[in-house]
Amino acid sequence: MAYLLRRLLATFPVMGVVAVIVFMLIHLSPGDPAALIAGDLATEEDIANLRVVLGLDQPLIQQFYIWLTRLLSGDLGVSIFTQVPVSQLLAQRLEPTLSIAVLTMGLTLILAVPLGTLAAHQAGKWIDRCVMVFSVMAFSLPVFLIGYLLIYTFSIQLNWLPVQGYSRIADGLWPWFLSLVLPCTNLALVYIALVTRMTRATVLEVLQEDYIRTARAKGLGAIPVLMHALRNAAIPIATTIGVGMALLIGGVVVTETVFAIPGVGRLVIDSVQRHDYPVIQSVLLISAGVYVLVNLMIDLSYRFFDPRIQY
Amino acid sequence: MNQKISIAADLALEPEYRVHNFRWLRKNPTLAVGSVMLIAMIVIAVAAPWIATHDPLEIDPMVRMQGPSTEHHFGTDAQGRDVFSRAVWGGRVSLTVGLSVALLASVIGIGLGLIAGFFQWADGLIMRVMDGLMAIPGILLAIALMAVTRASLLTVIVAITVPEIPRVVRLVRSLSLTLREQLYVQAAHSVGTQLPVILIRHVLPNMMAPLIVQGSFVAASAVLIEASLSFLGVGVPATIPSWGNMMAEGRNFVAVAFHIILYPGLLLAFTVLSINLIGDGLRDALDPRLSRQL
Repeated sequence: MAYLLRRLLATFPVMGVVAVIVFMLIHLSPGDPAALIAGDLATEEDIANLRVVLGLDQPLIQQFYIWLTRLLSGDLGVSIFTQVPVSQLLAQRLEPTLSIAVLTMGLTLILAVPLGTLAAHQAGKWIDRCVMVFSVMAFSLPVFLIGYLLIYTFSIQLNWLPVQGYSRIADGLWPWFLSLVLPCTNLALVYIALVTRMTRATVLEVLQEDYIRTARAKGLGAIPVLMHALRNAAIPIATTIGVGMALLIGGVVVTETVFAIPGVGRLVIDSVQRHDYPVIQSVLLISAGVYVLVNLMIDLSYRFFDPRIQY
Repeated sequence: MNQKISIAADLALEPEYRVHNFRWLRKNPTLAVGSVMLIAMIVIAVAAPWIATHDPLEIDPMVRMQGPSTEHHFGTDAQGRDVFSRAVWGGRVSLTVGLSVALLASVIGIGLGLIAGFFQWADGLIMRVMDGLMAIPGILLAIALMAVTRASLLTVIVAITVPEIPRVVRLVRSLSLTLREQLYVQAAHSVGTQLPVILIRHVLPNMMAPLIVQGSFVAASAVLIEASLSFLGVGVPATIPSWGNMMAEGRNFVAVAFHIILYPGLLLAFTVLSINLIGDGLRDALDPRLSRQL
C-alpha cells in the first residue's frame, strides 16, 4: 500500500513536466503566439483582441498559474475555432478512438504473445524465421501504406468490408465491428510485431534456465513447459506493452485519417490546420496522462506475475 | 527498449567486441543487404535531376490520373504530374530528414546525456524533463510543434528531433554511469586530466558502437514520422514533392488511381527497411553474444 502511494506520487512530477512542456510549446515558437493563432488573414486589431481573450498580455508565470488552476479544476478551455468547450469536443470524438485503441490492444494480446512463444519454441525453424521477417517488415512498412493496401484489397477489389468511415455502437454492434476490422488490423500489425519480438526474446532467454530443464526432465510436455516459461517472461512483455502505448496512440492519429474516422486523432489534425491551440494542448495532456496511467498499472501488475517482488 | 539499452551498456565495456575490419560484411548478410539498398536509394536521390523524366512540379491536365506507361513510368497524379519524377525527387526529402534528425538528436542527446551522467546536480532535472517528453507520444508532440511553427523542411526536422532526444539521452546516461567507474577514466581523472578531455578522449569513443546502432534506429523512425506528418498535411509544405505529400494527394483517388499512393509508399517502405536492416545488422555485428542468443 505504501508502495502504491509512493508510485502514485511519482507520477506527479512527470505530469507536471508534461504540463510545463505543453504550456510552453506555444511560447517557445518564434514570433507572436497571438498572430500565429489568428492566422495569416487576421488584422492587427484581431490579433490584439485575441491576445486579451487568451490572456497572452499577462506575465508568463501568471498565465501559467491561471491555466494550471483551471486545468486542475477540470476545465480544458474553449476551442478558439468552434467556441465550444474542449471537453465537449473531445467527448464527441472519444467513442471511435477508444474503440480502435481497445480492439487493437485486445487483438495484439491475443495474437502476439502466443506467436512470440511459438517462435521461441521453434527457434531457428521456419516458423521462427517467418515471425522475424514479419516483425522487421511491420516495423518498416508505413501504417498508411498497409492501410490503403487493406482498403484496396478487401473493400474495393473484394468488396467484403466498408471502404471507410465509422459506424456508432448505438447503430448496431455488427456494423460497428465491420467498420473497425480494417483500421484495427492495420494498427495492430506494428504493435503485434513489437510485442511478438519481445515475447520471443524473453521466452527464449527463460527457456535456458535450469528449472526449465528440470521441468523437461520430469517429463512435462511442451505446452506446460512453455506456460512455466511464459509466466517468468511476463514482466518484460508487460513493460513492452506499456512502452508500446505511445506507438499505439500515435498510430491512431494516422489510422483515423486513412480510414476517414472522426476520432480524436482527426480532431488534432483539423485543429493544427485551424490553429486551435487549446484543443491540441488538451489532447497532448490527456494522451500523456493515459500513457503514464497505463504504465503505472503495468508497474503494479508485476506483483501479480511474480509474488516474490516486495515493494 | 530497456533491454536494448542494457545490452548496449554491456557492449561498451568490452572493447574486444569492437570490430576493426570489414570481415563482418560477408558474415552479416543483413547488414550487407541493408547497405546495398540504402546506397541505391542515396544514388537515386542524389542523381534525381538526371533520373527524373519530367519536371516534378509540371502540371499537365491532359494526362490526369493515368496508369503506369512508358511515358510515365509510375503513371500521373490528379494534376497530371509525373509520379515517377516526383517519387525520385521525394527521396531527397526523406533521406535529408532521416540523416539530419539522427545527427541532431545524437549531438543534443550526447550533450545532455553526458551532463546527466557526470554531474549529479543536473541529473535529476534533465531526467525528469526527459521522462515528461517521453510520456507524450512522439507523433503527437511533433504535430503540436508543427502547429506552432511555419511549415518548412527545417521546422519538420526540429519537430521530429525533439521527441527523439530522450531516447539518446537515456542511452548516453546509462552508458556514462558505467563508464564513469572504469579504471581508465578514474586514472585519467587522478593524473589531473580535465573533464572535457576525459569525456572526448576516453568516454565518447567507448560509447560509439551503441550510439551508432541507436542512431540508425532514430533515422528509420524519423523517415517514417516525416512521411506520416506530410501525409497528415502538417509536414513538409505541399509545394515540395515528398513521399508523404504524394500519398496525401492520392488519398481521395484510392479506388481509381491506386498507383499514386502505391509507388511512393513502396519507396518509403524500401528506404525504412534498408535503414532498419542496417541497424539490426550493426547490432548483431557489434555484439556477437546477442546475435547468437536472439
